[in-house]
This record gives sequence, C-alpha cells and structure tokens, in this order.
Amino acid sequence: MTNQQPHTSFWNDTGKTGIASWIFSTDHKRIGLLYFYSTFGFFLVGVLLGLLLRIELMAPGRTIMGAQTYNALFTVHGVVMIFLFIIPGFQGSFGNLVMPIQIGARDVSFPRLNLLSWWIYIIGAIVALTSLFSGGGAPDTGWTFYVPFSARTGTNVSLAVLGAFIIGFSSILTGLNFITTIHRLKAEGMTWWRLPLFTWSLYATAWIQILATPVLAITLVLVVAERLLGTGLFDPGRGGDPVMYQHLFWIYSHPAVYIMILPAMGVISDIIPVFSRKPIFGYKMIAFSSIAIAAAGSLVWGHHMFTSGMSDTAVMVFSFLTFIVAIPSAIKVFNWVSTLYGGSISLEAPMLFALSFILLFSIGGLSGLILGAAATDIHVHDTHFVVGHFHYVMFGGTGFAFFAAMHYWLPKFYGRRYAEKPAIVAWALMFTGFNLLYFTMQVLGMKGMPRRYYDYLPEFANLNLVATIGSWILAAGLLIMLVNLFRGLWWGKPFEGNPWGGATLEWSIPTPPPTENFTEEPIVTHGPYDFTRSGQP
Amino acid sequence: MSNHHKDYAGAKLGMWLFLFTELLLFGGLFILYAVYLARYPHEFASAGSKLNWVMGSANTVVLLTSSLCAAMAVTAVQRGELRRVLQLIGATILCAGGFMTIKYFEWNSKISHGIYPGSEHLKAGPPGESVFFSLYYMSTGIHGLHVLIGAALLTWIGVKVKSGQVNAGDYVLLENGALYWHLVDLIWIFIFPLYYLVL
Repeated sequence: MTNQQPHTSFWNDTGKTGIASWIFSTDHKRIGLLYFYSTFGFFLVGVLLGLLLRIELMAPGRTIMGAQTYNALFTVHGVVMIFLFIIPGFQGSFGNLVMPIQIGARDVSFPRLNLLSWWIYIIGAIVALTSLFSGGGAPDTGWTFYVPFSARTGTNVSLAVLGAFIIGFSSILTGLNFITTIHRLKAEGMTWWRLPLFTWSLYATAWIQILATPVLAITLVLVVAERLLGTGLFDPGRGGDPVMYQHLFWIYSHPAVYIMILPAMGVISDIIPVFSRKPIFGYKMIAFSSIAIAAAGSLVWGHHMFTSGMSDTAVMVFSFLTFIVAIPSAIKVFNWVSTLYGGSISLEAPMLFALSFILLFSIGGLSGLILGAAATDIHVHDTHFVVGHFHYVMFGGTGFAFFAAMHYWLPKFYGRRYAEKPAIVAWALMFTGFNLLYFTMQVLGMKGMPRRYYDYLPEFANLNLVATIGSWILAAGLLIMLVNLFRGLWWGKPFEGNPWGGATLEWSIPTPPPTENFTEEPIVTHGPYDFTRSGQP
Repeated sequence: MSNHHKDYAGAKLGMWLFLFTELLLFGGLFILYAVYLARYPHEFASAGSKLNWVMGSANTVVLLTSSLCAAMAVTAVQRGELRRVLQLIGATILCAGGFMTIKYFEWNSKISHGIYPGSEHLKAGPPGESVFFSLYYMSTGIHGLHVLIGAALLTWIGVKVKSGQVNAGDYVLLENGALYWHLVDLIWIFIFPLYYLVL
C-alpha cells in the first residue's frame, strides 16, 4: 500500500515491520489496532461459544454437550464477551484510534501508560483463559460470580476472578489516561463545546471506569479471599451476607454497562449527522446526557436485586432511579431522530448499522424499563427475557455500533475500503438474524423459560428452534461482513480524502494518518458538525 | 516524541485520578465495615477491644512521621538540596519498614492466639467477631500491601534522584510519589480509629 502514499503514515514510519514494532509501540493508533484485533478476536471466540449454546438449546434435553459443559460455556461466553471484548473494546480500539485525533492531539497524555494498559489487558486475558484448562476446570458460576456458589464450586473460579481483577487495572489506567488527555491536550480553539460527541462519550465513560472499577477490584479480591482463606465475609454461616456481595458487584457492574454503551452512543452521534449531511440536533443535550447517564447510572445497581432480599423502600428507590436513567437515554434517541429529520440521508453501510442501533437500542432500553419496574421484574427475573434484553442493548446496541465504527473509521486508518454491496447484504442478514434470535428469547422469557437452564419443557421447543435458526442467520451475516471488511481493508480500493464528508478533525488529516497525526498544529475554528467547511481543521 | 515538553499539570491530574481509585478500592471495605457494624455492634465492640491499641497508635505515629518526611523531601527538591532529599526519602522508607515490623508483631500475636480468617477459634466464637477479624485482616493486609508498594515506589524515585533525573527543575515524579505516600497514610488514618479506637 506504500505506493499511493506521498506522506509517511503510521504504518511505515519507523521502517521496522516486525511484531515488536507493534507490541512495544506507544503510538495511540498502533495501540488502538492492537486493542481492536485482540478485543475483536475475543468477540469472535464469544460468538462461537454463543452459537454452541444455541445449538445445545435447539431441542430439549441433551443435544451436543453435558450439563456441566453447558454451565461452563455460558460462564465463559459471558466472561469473554464482557471482560475481554465489550468493556475494553470501544475505549481501547476506537477510543485510542480516533480520540486523540478528534481533539487535535499528537497522542494521549501518557503514551507508555497506554501501552501498559494493553499489556495488562493481555496478561489478564491469559490468566482468565488459563482458568479454563487448569485446576477444577472452567468456572461454572455465570459471569456474575455470585456467592455462595462461587465460593464453594470446585471449578477454577479463583483464576478467572484474578484475570478479571487484572483487566480492571487496565481499564482504570485507560480511563485516567483519557480524562487527562481530554483535559490537557485539546488543540488551540478546541473548546469543550467543540468536542466531537464521540470524545464526549469517551470522557463520560472514562469517569465511570475510574469511579466504579475499584469497587469491582475489591469485590473480586474478597471472593478470592473467601475461597483461599475462608474469610466468611459473604458466608451467612459465619456472620457474613451474600447479598452484600451482590451489592458490591453491581455497584461496579451496573455502571459498567454504561462503560459498554456510552462510547457506542458516541459513535452513533458522530455517524448520524455525517450521513444526514446535517448538523447534529441538540449537541449540548447529547453531551450533557452522556454525563447524566454516567452520574445517574451509578446509583441504580439495586435493580439487579429486586428478588434478592432488599427492603421495599430500597426496591422503590432503585426502581425510581432506574427510570431516571431512561430520560437522558431517550434524549439521545430523540436527538438522533431529529437530526435525521429533513436531512439528506445516504444509506451507506455505517449509516445502516447506526440506524439499526437506534431501533435495537430502543427495544432493549424499553424492555429494560419492564425489568426496572419492580412489579414486572418479579415476573420476568432470571428468565430469557433478561437475556434478550441485555443482548438487545449490548449486541444490538454496542455490537452494531462497533460494526458501524469498523465501517466508518477503519478505512481511514488502512487507506483502503470494503465493497459496499456485500456490506449491506451482511447488515441485512445480521439485522434479521439478530431480531429472530433475541426477540424470540424475550417471548420465551415472558412465557416463563428461565435463563441459564440446561433443559426445558417441551412447550418451549418451537421458539427455541426459531432462536437457534436466528443465530445461524446472524452468524452468516457476521461472516460475510468480516470477509468483506478485512478483504477490503487489506486489498480493496483506495480510500482517500474525506469520502463520507465528516467535519471532525480526523477527516482533515492524510489517509492513513501520519505518525503524529497532524503535519502542523491544528487550530480549530468551527464545531465538529459544521459541514459547510468539512475537511478543514 | 522527545520534543514534547513535560505536562506537569497533566501528570498530577493523572495521579490524583489514580488516588481516587485507591480510595474507592478501600471504600468497598469501609462499606462492609459500616453494614456489619450496624448488624453486630456488640460483637464488633468486644472484638475491637482485643486489638492492641498501643501498637496501633505507635504505627500511626510512625506513618505520620513518614508522611512528614515525604512532604519535606518535596520541599527539599524544590530548593535543590538533593542530598537532603535522599536522606528524607530514606527516612520515609525506614518508617515504612518500622510500620511493617510493628504490623508483623501485631499480626503474629493475633495469629498465635488462633485469631485469623477461617480459624477454629473464630468459628467457635460469635459470628460478628469472625466478620470483624476477617475485615480487619483484609483492610490492614491490603493497606500493608500499599505500604510495601509505596516504599518500592519511593526507592525507585530515590534512584532517579541520585542519577539526577529528578531534580529541582523536574520533580513531578517525586511529587507524585509523595502524593501516593500521603494516600497510604490517609487510609491508615481511617482504618486506625475504626478498628482500634471507636469500638
């Protein structure tokens, strides 16, 4: 690809090509790609495990695996998807790739710390994966590691938990790096109200990472201590209380779902105006709502525990606060839709993914309110309705936004692009398969099929078969998308200039970007969605 | 990237953010303390009286002294008195060693009386006491780990002072190291009264 580039891009600047020039690089773009390939690799592992789970559930009774294997698989599916893909994924990949350029910086504030974050992530991943093949075998607790079972099971929970603990460090370091970067390294003229909304969302996310992750760290340490030392802090027989574990766990893990979804909302806020050729509607409200989600989202953890044994007052307070979070989320959805209104919409692949994000996230968010209301939650708690709900938000939301970002930004960094038609076919298949799979799950849950059960009553058989077929359509779409995207990035047509017509800073620099991003210090004179002057700093 | 001037404000902002995460880490333990204290006030009181407040107070004095030395080291580096910086860092690390020694004897005497997480002695006693001592060991243990990390950090910074990389014109590393050390001190200032005094 060198022959088309008059400038030296970050791909060939050092003159070295070996793996060491990547895994020891402090360039935010190289680290971003390291994160992208490692997190996305784990996403594919998680997908594979999910497909196996669906095949097992295709028919009642044993289909392809035993009950213990099934328990281990849904645990590992959850751990891989949550701790190895979706939490580090967006911040690590697109945050690193795009954010410093969007604010007009040459790199993040602490480039070496940035590299360390990736290494810590890899070490944590290795530790977590070692747990599958050592000790008592793969953990079978579910990704939530609930006590008392996680304190007693003979499987290798300690190592898996240690892996998650280590990855937590990486998340904290990325968070504090990004906050410092956004505070300190904005280019001249890049005011807070000229920050692209993706950067705004990363800023809010980074605060959650810093404020919530330490609580998970101490909780996981306590689980290991419970197993190794017998501290008994969560053991009712010894004066402890398992409900306290659930509180501590969700004090992190609920805000963590906003770590997962906020950057996705940021991507959507960047893509929708570009492909509508219209400034974003309600810029400040979208920025504020990211902060509001981060703040309010930290106070709602109790809604995971309506059936665990809390006072009625606590249930009502947590239920009320949960509904509060719906307001900033809805503000975003309304603003995206208002941006579309009257716009000159072009339905290219990133836009299709972004539009389906709005629909799927809305379905997921609204079903979340059914779970957030105490009365209905009791009915559907721990059923497939919950599984359907969070896959709508996490996969339909974050996952589709991740795909949108892949189609939108990766060509910028490779200088080559994918073919449009297969991308649209892939999107259509995935969208269809997705809804077939997860909407069916929600119906199953309403009918009373519990989650995490190996076997089920014959009356659920037909819908389970439909869901499994949906998972195959989804996987087929995913496969087409991958082949098309990566074939395009490596061997496809050149991608030059600013074909989408974006007005944020990353579209004003050469493709692929040079090592320190800007050939001269940018001076920002207009907002991120001012399309009258797109392509200029 | 060598042409980039150092961003001191950025480096300190990053450190402060990191200190927040440390506070929140211990925050989890303090929440458990609060909840279980409310549930077992009498057991907590009787278990707390078994702790040696003389040793606890001694450790408080040692740690406060070490924090003073760390703060003085920062003042000294601003004045360019590098010899004194090294002496003060040395004194801080010495205090850290003293703290851990006293802690060792304290833990040792508890363990020899059969008081440690999961011991038969605690299992036979009231559950509130078992919870108290588990929390005590977790809190002081993780705090002790931070003392060791802080001492290692200061040693590394001392080497940098000696080699001239940290000096009157560039001392943000020492400042951040001292900040970390004050955090270790600060957390102890909460642990000490909660476990040794108020019960």
